[in-house]
Amino acid sequence: MPPISQTLGEFSERFMLLAALTYTVAFIVFTLDLVKSSKRIRAVEENLAASQQAEQRVLVGADMTGGSSPRGGAARLAADTTADDSMDYSGRRKLARIAVVLTVVAALIHAAGVISRGLATNRVPWGNMYEFCTTGALVVVVVFLLALIRKDLRFLGTFVVGLTLVMLCAATIGFFTPAGNVVPALQSYWLIIHVSVAVAASALFTLTFAMSVLQLIQTSRVRKLAAGGVDRTPFMRLVPSALSLENLSYRINAFAFVMWTFTLMAGAIWAEEAWGRYWGWDVKEVWTFVIWVVFAGYLHARATRGWTGTRAAWLCIIGYLCIVFNFTIVNIYFSGLHSYA
Amino acid sequence: MTPDTPDGGKPDVALPALGLLGSLRWGWTQLTSMRTALFLLLLLAVAAVPGSLFPQRPANPAVVTQYIQDNPDTGPILDWFQLFDVYSSVWFSAIYLLLFVSLIGCVIPRALAHGRAMKSKPPRTPRKLSRMPIYGTLVLPASTQSGGSPITAASAAADAAAMLKKRGYRVDLRDTDSAQPSVGAERGFLKEVGNLVFHFSLIGVLVSVAVGGLFGYSGQKIIVEGDSFVNTLVGYDTFTPGANFTAGQLEPYSLRLDNFDVQFDRQETHYGQPLDFTANVTTKDGPDAEEEEQVLKVNSPLNIGGTGIYLVGNGYAPVVTVRDGNGDIAMQGPVVTIPQDGLFTSLIVIKAPDAAPDQLGFVGFFLPTAFVGEDGVAFSRDPDPFNPQLNLNSYYGDLGLDDGEPRSVYVLDTEDLTELNSRTSDEGGIVLGAGQTYDLPDGKGSISFDGLDRYIAVDIRHDPGQLGALVFSSLALAGLTASLFIGRRRVWVRTGTHADGRTMVEYGLLARGEDHRLTGEGAAIEKALRTQWLVDEPVEEQNERPGAPGSTTFEHASHQAGNGKES
Ligand code: HEM
Repeated sequence: MPPISQTLGEFSERFMLLAALTYTVAFIVFTLDLVKSSKRIRAVEENLAASQQAEQRVLVGADMTGGSSPRGGAARLAADTTADDSMDYSGRRKLARIAVVLTVVAALIHAAGVISRGLATNRVPWGNMYEFCTTGALVVVVVFLLALIRKDLRFLGTFVVGLTLVMLCAATIGFFTPAGNVVPALQSYWLIIHVSVAVAASALFTLTFAMSVLQLIQTSRVRKLAAGGVDRTPFMRLVPSALSLENLSYRINAFAFVMWTFTLMAGAIWAEEAWGRYWGWDVKEVWTFVIWVVFAGYLHARATRGWTGTRAAWLCIIGYLCIVFNFTIVNIYFSGLHSYA
Repeated sequence: MTPDTPDGGKPDVALPALGLLGSLRWGWTQLTSMRTALFLLLLLAVAAVPGSLFPQRPANPAVVTQYIQDNPDTGPILDWFQLFDVYSSVWFSAIYLLLFVSLIGCVIPRALAHGRAMKSKPPRTPRKLSRMPIYGTLVLPASTQSGGSPITAASAAADAAAMLKKRGYRVDLRDTDSAQPSVGAERGFLKEVGNLVFHFSLIGVLVSVAVGGLFGYSGQKIIVEGDSFVNTLVGYDTFTPGANFTAGQLEPYSLRLDNFDVQFDRQETHYGQPLDFTANVTTKDGPDAEEEEQVLKVNSPLNIGGTGIYLVGNGYAPVVTVRDGNGDIAMQGPVVTIPQDGLFTSLIVIKAPDAAPDQLGFVGFFLPTAFVGEDGVAFSRDPDPFNPQLNLNSYYGDLGLDDGEPRSVYVLDTEDLTELNSRTSDEGGIVLGAGQTYDLPDGKGSISFDGLDRYIAVDIRHDPGQLGALVFSSLALAGLTASLFIGRRRVWVRTGTHADGRTMVEYGLLARGEDHRLTGEGAAIEKALRTQWLVDEPVEEQNERPGAPGSTTFEHASHQAGNGKES
């Protein structure tokens, strides 16, 4: 086995640190953008409302019987309170641009960290929890940045970059492992196939998790506004309507579900090769199965009357929590049970 | 599946009519409804969880026994609820069997309906195409030519049909003699086929697993360097037959462990972590077959005689000689030890039932690289045998091996034995370095540490359902992909001639199920028609008409499956 390069390993650690710092700045700028943009939108709206009111007075005077249908009213309410469904935002958002550039820079440094780790160890950089976390965080960011090319998802920036930071911190503080070889059980090309797809699927589920949370907030916010309440979360104006969020996250979830199905199958094939049985209800297998079934439930929910919207979003969130549980608690606590055995 | 009945085409069920048949039918309709499927799926997810919280018998029978012993109050109750056998429990089986009955009841009618749909013609052209979520019109000037001849309503319809056919639609040209000929077209049948294949394949996976359980078998064997394993029932240490297993299924191949190489990491940060396990073995397909040298490693099993042989464990087997009080050799050979940690501090039990006048027993530790700590307790500092040492306590008396009760070779029940010496006794325990001999007190005999072998633990399995499981799960994956990513849509084109000689063309698109690419398809169709007839895009014509009466917006169009009521 070729020797581990400690120097490269140390470089990798420094890159990670630098990336985390850059992400922190990006996170702050994304948050500032949310605050500032929602303030500006409010100002614009107040202006608009003032002029509209003047107009309306004229209209009412002209047509006493006129009045908008309730449906149109609700639609307008939704349109007024959320960003455009096509996610095209009018107006420049300078801060958001800076934040995206910062995120790109951070991702490049992050990628250098991941790649140098792989070079240092002469293998794919996802052989332990530290590497799984750092590489997974990179995939989350890259998927997010790629999605930005097609859709203006900058409203997700705070959440995605925030989650990335959490993952990087968890990796360096909680799971830190110096660059090294892996045990024989992991020396298999299935490590490359199985784990990489699992990481990618988890990254996609991370995005849809953030979107589902926003969807729930948006739903309850619009409901409250419709009932005449005050807007406590004005930054949600930058976020598309609950329906657009749901539809986009469905598309991503469908794709991620196929990947998760593949992860499950590849894991079974690997288990057969390493342990002689393709399915043994090992703790890890149980939770991978549970996650799969929850997201199968999610897909079914989308086709079941009364289960779309809020309930589907909850299923997506539960599924993601299971993924987090599978990665953290199962790996840390349950493996302890294993060594007891 | 259809836009108007999102719960799989089942109408909402009213209160059941009286009567047994009615109730049965009502129950069946309920069971095969989408809502029940969803409920059972979520229930299955919840039901799988306890299996990860409690030790499970199939994986760790000893741990379960220990758990029940340690928790005498709750243990038996948990056991009664089958929480130590979750995946073969009555309740878990009930859930997945119900789910699969529901699945069959759901999928078979859908397969039949889809079979009919695939044979029937594309649906008739709606009277008002403008009601379609995607709708557009083209106007061809009277002078337009197609292939050298002037365009008529009929030829335009034929052109559209040809174009749609090229795009992969099944097309039906209709009313060609009338003033308003039209084309009905449909594509994406593979979406539903994929969905059906996926659900049927799940049944296939379940059946394959069952076949493996019925006709397969598995066993474990520990093989010390130089020893052989023969694939017969007596050759196994433990053996778990499937329900339909017969001993005749075993092919009498043999396998000898020539030597076992272990390599440990010597890098500072991962010192002592295993790097490589390689077993060099010699196999024979049968008693009279040729010998063949093979390499067995983790992640690279051997396949012989319909079985897979997997390297699942290894350890040290110190070679010891025990002499009894009469000076005769009572036991000689390698003794398999059980590693307790990554440094191969290993538990060892030596039994010498042939010793006379008293049977002898030893319990203690084998340390590959012994080192004495400040508290005087020896421990292992390295997994490699740099300073191998045996630390033992000795006993004499009746080992209890003669009463026919099966006893583990790895446990010495010291209750009925008398201690000869131990770490806490005056003489101290036995400490044996390589090549050393220790004389037991009271002339009871001696023990010597003559050498060191390694052993491997292998799992041997035959699973006739394995290939089926692989095939069906691959089919499921393919079906799932088709089902999720193929768009199923319908297109209609209607043509007519204006009084002034212009040819009018209108078209409408409708998706069945999720289809976010419907708008794109509408645009592509319009573009194809324009190129075919070489008409420019007039400014006022628009593909999407959000404001038009009776039309639905794009968001509606792409999400037919009844979503969006929530927001
Ligand atoms: C073992 C249990 C089941 C699993 C794991 C499962 C899984 C799935 C998955 C992953 C999908 C989405 C992919 C696709 O559209 O093909 C799906 C769709 C579907 N399933 Fe199931 N299913 C199960 C049982 C059932 C049952 C019992 C029914 C009928 C009551 C059913 C009816 C449907 C229908 C109608 C769709 C299409 C939904 C749509 O239009 O999006 N499934 N199923």
